Amino acid sequence: MMKTWQAGKRLLPLTATLGLILAGCGREDLSVLRPQGPAAESSFDLMKLAITIMIVVLLIVFSIAAYVLIRFRRKPGQREIPEQVEGNFKLEVLWTVIPLILVVVLAVPTVKAVFAAGNDHSDDKNAIKVKVTGHQYWWEFEYTDYGVKTAQDLVIPAGKDIAFELSTADVLHSFWVPSLAGKMDTNPDGTINRFSFSAPNEGVYRGKCAELCGPSHGFMEFKVKSVSDAEFEQWLASMKSPAVLPEDPELAKKFRSACLTCHAVGDQGVAMGPNLTGLGSRESVAGILLNDDTGVDGAPILDNLKTWLHDPQSVKPGNRMPDPKKDLGLTDEEIDGIAEYLAGYTLD
Amino acid sequence: MAQTAQSLNHARPPEAGHSVKRHTGLMDWITTVDHKKIAILYLWAGGLFFGIGGLEAILIRIQLIKPMNTFLDAQTFNELITMHGTTMIFLGVMPVIFALMNAVIPLQIGARDVAFPFLNALGFWTFLFGGLLLNLSWIMGGAPDAGWTSYTPLSTSTYSATHGVDFYTIGLQIAGLGTLIGGINFLATIITMRAPGMSYMRMPMFAWTTFITSAIILFAFPAITVGLVLLTFDRILGANFFEVGAGGNPVLWQHIFWIFGHPEVYILILPAFGIISEVIPTFARKRLFGYSSMVFATILIAFLGFMVWAHHMFTTGLGPVANALFSVSTMLIAVPTGIKIFNWLFTMWGGQVRFTTPNLFAVGFIPTFTMGGVTGVMLASAPADFQFHDTYFVVAHFHYVIVGGLVLGLFAGLHYWWPKMFGRMLDEGLGKWTFWTFIIGFHMTFFVQHFLGLMGMQRRVFTYLPNQQFDLLNLISTIGAGLMGVGMLFFLTNIFLTSRKPADAADDPWEDGRTLEWTIPSPPPEYNFKQTPLVRGIDAFWKEKTAGHKGMTPSEPVGSIHMPSATILPFLMSVGIFIAGLGFMFSRDTFSSDALSFLFNNYIVTGLGLLITFGSMLMRSLFDDHGWHIEPEELEGR
Amino acid sequence: MTTAHAEAVKGTLPHEPEKATLEGRNKVLAFWLFLGGEAVLFGTLFATFLALRNQTNDGPSANELFHLPLVAAATFLLLVSSLTSVFAIQAMHRNRPALLRSWLLVTVVLGAAFLGLEIYEFSEYVRHEKFGMTTSAFSSAFYTLVGFHGAHVAFGILWISVLIGQLVRKGLTVVTAPKIYVSAMYWHFIDVVWVFIFTVVYLLGKVG
Repeated sequence: MMKTWQAGKRLLPLTATLGLILAGCGREDLSVLRPQGPAAESSFDLMKLAITIMIVVLLIVFSIAAYVLIRFRRKPGQREIPEQVEGNFKLEVLWTVIPLILVVVLAVPTVKAVFAAGNDHSDDKNAIKVKVTGHQYWWEFEYTDYGVKTAQDLVIPAGKDIAFELSTADVLHSFWVPSLAGKMDTNPDGTINRFSFSAPNEGVYRGKCAELCGPSHGFMEFKVKSVSDAEFEQWLASMKSPAVLPEDPELAKKFRSACLTCHAVGDQGVAMGPNLTGLGSRESVAGILLNDDTGVDGAPILDNLKTWLHDPQSVKPGNRMPDPKKDLGLTDEEIDGIAEYLAGYTLD
Repeated sequence: MAQTAQSLNHARPPEAGHSVKRHTGLMDWITTVDHKKIAILYLWAGGLFFGIGGLEAILIRIQLIKPMNTFLDAQTFNELITMHGTTMIFLGVMPVIFALMNAVIPLQIGARDVAFPFLNALGFWTFLFGGLLLNLSWIMGGAPDAGWTSYTPLSTSTYSATHGVDFYTIGLQIAGLGTLIGGINFLATIITMRAPGMSYMRMPMFAWTTFITSAIILFAFPAITVGLVLLTFDRILGANFFEVGAGGNPVLWQHIFWIFGHPEVYILILPAFGIISEVIPTFARKRLFGYSSMVFATILIAFLGFMVWAHHMFTTGLGPVANALFSVSTMLIAVPTGIKIFNWLFTMWGGQVRFTTPNLFAVGFIPTFTMGGVTGVMLASAPADFQFHDTYFVVAHFHYVIVGGLVLGLFAGLHYWWPKMFGRMLDEGLGKWTFWTFIIGFHMTFFVQHFLGLMGMQRRVFTYLPNQQFDLLNLISTIGAGLMGVGMLFFLTNIFLTSRKPADAADDPWEDGRTLEWTIPSPPPEYNFKQTPLVRGIDAFWKEKTAGHKGMTPSEPVGSIHMPSATILPFLMSVGIFIAGLGFMFSRDTFSSDALSFLFNNYIVTGLGLLITFGSMLMRSLFDDHGWHIEPEELEGR
Repeated sequence: MTTAHAEAVKGTLPHEPEKATLEGRNKVLAFWLFLGGEAVLFGTLFATFLALRNQTNDGPSANELFHLPLVAAATFLLLVSSLTSVFAIQAMHRNRPALLRSWLLVTVVLGAAFLGLEIYEFSEYVRHEKFGMTTSAFSSAFYTLVGFHGAHVAFGILWISVLIGQLVRKGLTVVTAPKIYVSAMYWHFIDVVWVFIFTVVYLLGKVG
């Protein structure tokens, strides 16, 4: 056992260097290699340890291989028979025991981390409870303690533990925010999962669905917005404030009959499709059309809404929303009107 | 297909003087029960499906070459990834493994055939018709689209409404039957048909790994048989195994699939271990280092392989206890695998390594497979796997193991035994081109995918947003895939050019052959050994060579050799199952023609198919196969 | 293959004719292996059944459904048929083809009676209890597990019947003997599986 720890200690500087190198990889809001919270941190620490051990193993194997292949090539005219070695007990024990020690070095922290990750904070009074439901192809977030439902953008207070309850409304999905935590599947009733993570720093993080769930699996993205406590309280309050409907009464009527039969805004409508309350403040339209006025990562929200509403199938193939024009009979003007209304529906 | 195979296998024993009716041309291939011909059938059929799977891979990589690409639509992409995975594993590499087993195992253990030549043919034909059925889906309303793992509920009829997944369940069921039959056959062959003196601990490593692989097949395949039956019943008969609303449990499918699926990984890789263990000693002119520990490691890997399945399900939510247990048991597999790696390296230590094409592949295998192995250990750590799971990191890992491990092993084996199978040496120059393009392309394709996964790219996405730093790595990956394709073209060219050369390979064309297959002509006569050899030690042929003998000491006088008769029944039985499967699949459909509706909806087509199969079985049982004899005069060439 | 071929050993029948030829020995060995695979197959079906046995989806539960006397009778029939198949093999080893045929016939008749009871049981469930394949996860698991066993029995009946026919035509030889021996192994295997079904499905269904 002593040996094990010494081996572990000797790996430390290498591990640290490795961490620095890997941290250069990928976007801060997306990469596993740039963890932004304790859960992702714990996975990353294990990864660094594992990669270090594995690089040592690879170096040994590669060096022996290189040496053997250079030193023991058959030379021209070499005819004598090499000595037929049956084996070597000591060597064989050596390369059984060393891997075993390496496995123990990795297994001990693994088991510790497994049980640490098992703490789902489901009965922690200070944790924010969020019920996550996967749908083909969007995410629903319900704040059970506050009676608030939203979609696509998960707003959380920075630093607080979030206790998730994960389930699905249809097929299996997997809830994954790489820079904050590992993923967990959303299963149907009977096998519902719970887990927890927190985001100490304020910011927006990218989340993805990681289990094949149909054609638009790759487009089932979402965002995690970590905000200050005050902002979070304010957000909750404005989510609960009465719904804002289009000012034009004709358009409002259309919006009610065409959209609110599946969607909800504030206290109105049906909670079948994604909740639209405060859509103008969201990070994306339909999870995949990123709202970015600078045009670097996406387009202005109004453009995105128009792209989406004029042909949802071309944006997210296989999604369940009826086509506003073909199926719901909305005119181009009405669609644009609704897009403008939704783009302007912001939370203060 | 059969035509090409025919031309490649022209050298045949003398034909005259048999009392039995001999078929020629296509009929010969359909009715053969000779393990050497069945090997060639497996090779061509496997090659065909491998080609299809490869083309699917190229299409997938073209789609992913740049962000938001519109080369393929999302549905087609999902069908392609499903068919790529399913085809490669069940119909591409498995048959090529069986091709080498069939071509080599009876020769290596000094047998004249396998234990059950009839079942051997049956195994091939059921595999082929199962594979054809699966691939018919492309032209019959859509391929399966739920991934090769076909997780429920996505694969149930609610969410996958075409017949795609039915083709998957029934096609795999039929192909799996063939594999199971093959597994039992090789187990029995190795247990009972070894030449005198060949104790278990004198068997060549490839025979050992075939033996263990067959045992894994026997205990793993029935699980997927049941899984596929359950999914079929859910989809066609309306059963509720995975139907949550009626009390079913989708996680059950994951357990059943992986209880089979993980051992399947070892079914694939162990034969490659065996091949490498044959090729490296031959070209190092040294016996395998640590033979007994190699055998022990193989058995241990197989054993552990059955108790690690849930490491595919860490994110399913099995709880910390299960995750911890399965993490540790998975890591343990690194130990026997490590033993093997070092044993190979030390086989070459002190040897005289020759870089022929087969040995290039074998030597390339060691570091490449080690890389796949170490990422496997990383994946075993459950909390880290929460991040790795279902990302391109996993895609990279299993391609390092399956392509960098198994496929390189198969290339080594094919180049190594090609002269034994066909009597012609593959061209060494083209072989080296194949190796370098393939292995460079391979590392280009898959090394970068590790980083894609870690940077947040999940697997099975048909495209991805720009500005995620995924673009360059995906481009490199696609270029690498193209290079692998070029490697395959070199290989095919090599086969074509070689087939036009005279079949003049020596009995022991690599000159340093150690095992029994190199003591007989290339290709061997249909009875393999004129006299069954007496085995006096491990590496039987090498032992005789070093003792100054030219060949083996026979264990019997020259005598009349009994041979099994050719028969068309295995082919017919497989046709029957094929028809039955197709009939069952469409039994709930409405057809435009009443006659068709009548035939399918009343299970008449299914019944007809089963009638053909069971009728053929009955024929086999009622009419004894007395076989025929090759007389001593004939053996002596008159 | 050269030495121990069927034709070479005609005439007097050895004590264990099923193991007289290499083909025969291979057949017996391979059948043991096959039964190993079958054990995994039924093991998986049992695991599935155990996972789903309480998921009745408002349909009938095991306790409401099963009538033990009927099942006990079926069990008795099958157990006795296993015994008669032992007698058949004993008759074969004593080289008494007529007796062998009779015992095989009894085995087939008992098997058919068992199958008849099972079909009756299933049809009762479907007609009177509204308990079909699609009723619940429990019903699917029940019909699949028990039905798989039933299909095995049906195949066994056909198989042994064909063998009786061959015995009549060809007599007891080193070719027919391994077939009979192997079919007896199969029959015992089905019997053992049924003992598990009786315990896990029916008895456990009644108590738990």
